[in-house]
Amino acid sequence: MNKMLTASLEWVDTRFPLTKMWNEHLAQYYAPKNFNVWYYFGSLALVLLVLQIITGIFLAVNYKPDAGLAFASVEYIMRDVDYGWLIRYMHSTGASFFFIVVYLHMFRALLYGSYKKPRELLWIIGMFIYMCLMAESFFGYLLPWGQMSFWGAQVIISLFGAIPYVGEDLAVWVRGDYVIGDATLNRFFVYHVVLVPMLLLVLAVVHIIALHEVGSNNPDGIEIKKNKDPKTGIPLDGIPFHPYYTVKDIVGVTVFAIIFCAVIFYAPEMGGYFLEHNNFFPADPMKTPEHISPSWYFTPFYAILRAVPDKFLGVIAMGGSIVVLFFLPWLDRSPVKSIRYKGWIFKLALSLFVVSFFGLAYLGMQAPTPMKTLFAQIFTIIYFAFFLLMPWYSKIDKTKPVPERVTD
Amino acid sequence: MKRLIFALTWLLPTMAFASSGVELQQANNDITDQASLQTGAKLFVNYCMGCHSLQYARFQRIGKDLGLTDDDLKEHLMFGAEKVGETITIAMDQDDAERWFGVTPPDLSVIARARGTDWLYTYMLSFYLDPSRPMGVNNLVFKDVGMPHVLWEQQGWQKAVHKSETDAQGHSHEVIELELVNPADKEKAEQYEKDMRNLVNFLEYIGEPAKLERHSLGWKVLLFLFIFLGFSVALKKEYWRDIH
Repeated sequence: MNKMLTASLEWVDTRFPLTKMWNEHLAQYYAPKNFNVWYYFGSLALVLLVLQIITGIFLAVNYKPDAGLAFASVEYIMRDVDYGWLIRYMHSTGASFFFIVVYLHMFRALLYGSYKKPRELLWIIGMFIYMCLMAESFFGYLLPWGQMSFWGAQVIISLFGAIPYVGEDLAVWVRGDYVIGDATLNRFFVYHVVLVPMLLLVLAVVHIIALHEVGSNNPDGIEIKKNKDPKTGIPLDGIPFHPYYTVKDIVGVTVFAIIFCAVIFYAPEMGGYFLEHNNFFPADPMKTPEHISPSWYFTPFYAILRAVPDKFLGVIAMGGSIVVLFFLPWLDRSPVKSIRYKGWIFKLALSLFVVSFFGLAYLGMQAPTPMKTLFAQIFTIIYFAFFLLMPWYSKIDKTKPVPERVTD
Repeated sequence: MKRLIFALTWLLPTMAFASSGVELQQANNDITDQASLQTGAKLFVNYCMGCHSLQYARFQRIGKDLGLTDDDLKEHLMFGAEKVGETITIAMDQDDAERWFGVTPPDLSVIARARGTDWLYTYMLSFYLDPSRPMGVNNLVFKDVGMPHVLWEQQGWQKAVHKSETDAQGHSHEVIELELVNPADKEKAEQYEKDMRNLVNFLEYIGEPAKLERHSLGWKVLLFLFIFLGFSVALKKEYWRDIH
């Protein structure tokens, strides 16, 4: 039996680099041994991508992308399809958790300078993944065809109208109609289940290839490749990803699954944040809801949009708040990567950034008042200042000496 | 983590002024109470189903979840339908309904998920006499609602009493309170509150029939995951012994 397996593997290996790939990406990929809890979120994001694709396939089997049938088909899945409710909750909860995990994954990069040389391209590929994820969830959110699906899409697409000259035509082109309608639903369905998932899968693979080319960063921000065993050429602080990090990530995935399942089974609506109450009213073009707010994971950017008094400039600011992240590798002039060795200025700046991100997220959910708009404006300024002033404050910040080898 | 807690404490005061409107009464219903669900179903088919459909729900599923046989369903719940597999539709024409009430009475399949049980419960208790309205009634939580007070015989008429109240900051507000027109209806009104709790309970169940199954399956899944976590931690420790 064993002989036959070895022979089969040899047969494959002469035709496809199976063992080579296994070694390059798992058994002989050397990751720093000092990963902490922040380093679970990469593998969790991958788990969620797979989960969303699998549950999505099951949902698409029974979902009908038709303005007259969509809402009913979702209820059909919830009631008449065997375990349809479970699949649907896994998918809807998975969408929110995907963003939680990706935000924490990105925050990890901020903490430990994972975007800095030589990982600039890795960060940029990750940013493209994040943008695809936003597109994916925006398209997907229209599909249940509830009031929030309809009006959320209406508000966001109408933003195109703010672009001078071509704006209105562009908005009609995106919708395929003068209002959100059947044509919009049909094309969003195709983008959601075919176009963007393909991009996401390709980008995820490219992200991992880029990571394995430069090697993982770590909480100390030390390049482990600088200290190699002279005989074997293996980094002294590195350990093979498999089995060490595969068994460790199983623990991470299990803890994640416990939290995830607690939500699926006991709070799938998450108090109206994961599934909004208003979305249980079927889409009605004649009835505008009193208060329209996007899904929670978009609210920081929505708050930035509303903070700017001019609609077009608001759109620019909202776009800018994402685009500025692409330049992060070149904005950070600190000689060290990790927050462990950065000075108080960076720590203060990052804290203010986190506060304003949460603040904007909250304000984006609320109906605007003059007071709230003022706060949103202050937070918006802090948000941009964090990035735009970084070349200056990261340079003058007093850093601590970085050790030769990783700690703990 | 510290930063997160800091951010949250900072946000608390802003969250305090997030709620507004009429204070809702708590429904305090329990979807595991099968007798209550049965009473609610009975109330629904007798008083609501004339105008409101449950077009995504099927009699058979109600029977299965509420412990009713097909014969029970046919005798007590199915007045127009013939087969237990049918969804709960109504005979009233939509255009007629709009002419009579100004709006088509909405389907109530997922109304509890859209409005919440407390809102529905309060809504059902908040009809009051208002001669300026075509149906002679208005509602505290749904201003100028098109629906008549179908269950007035069960509750007795209520009237609005305007009062002025002073809050902690010294500002005076006008508040509207409801009281029975005929105080002798008190006992009847108390029974009505119980009935509405059962009705709302049924609506919560029908909004998501899988909820019953969800709650009973959930802890088993979590129990498995906790046991699995024990094994995965042990496996990780075994492998990592040679690292640090």
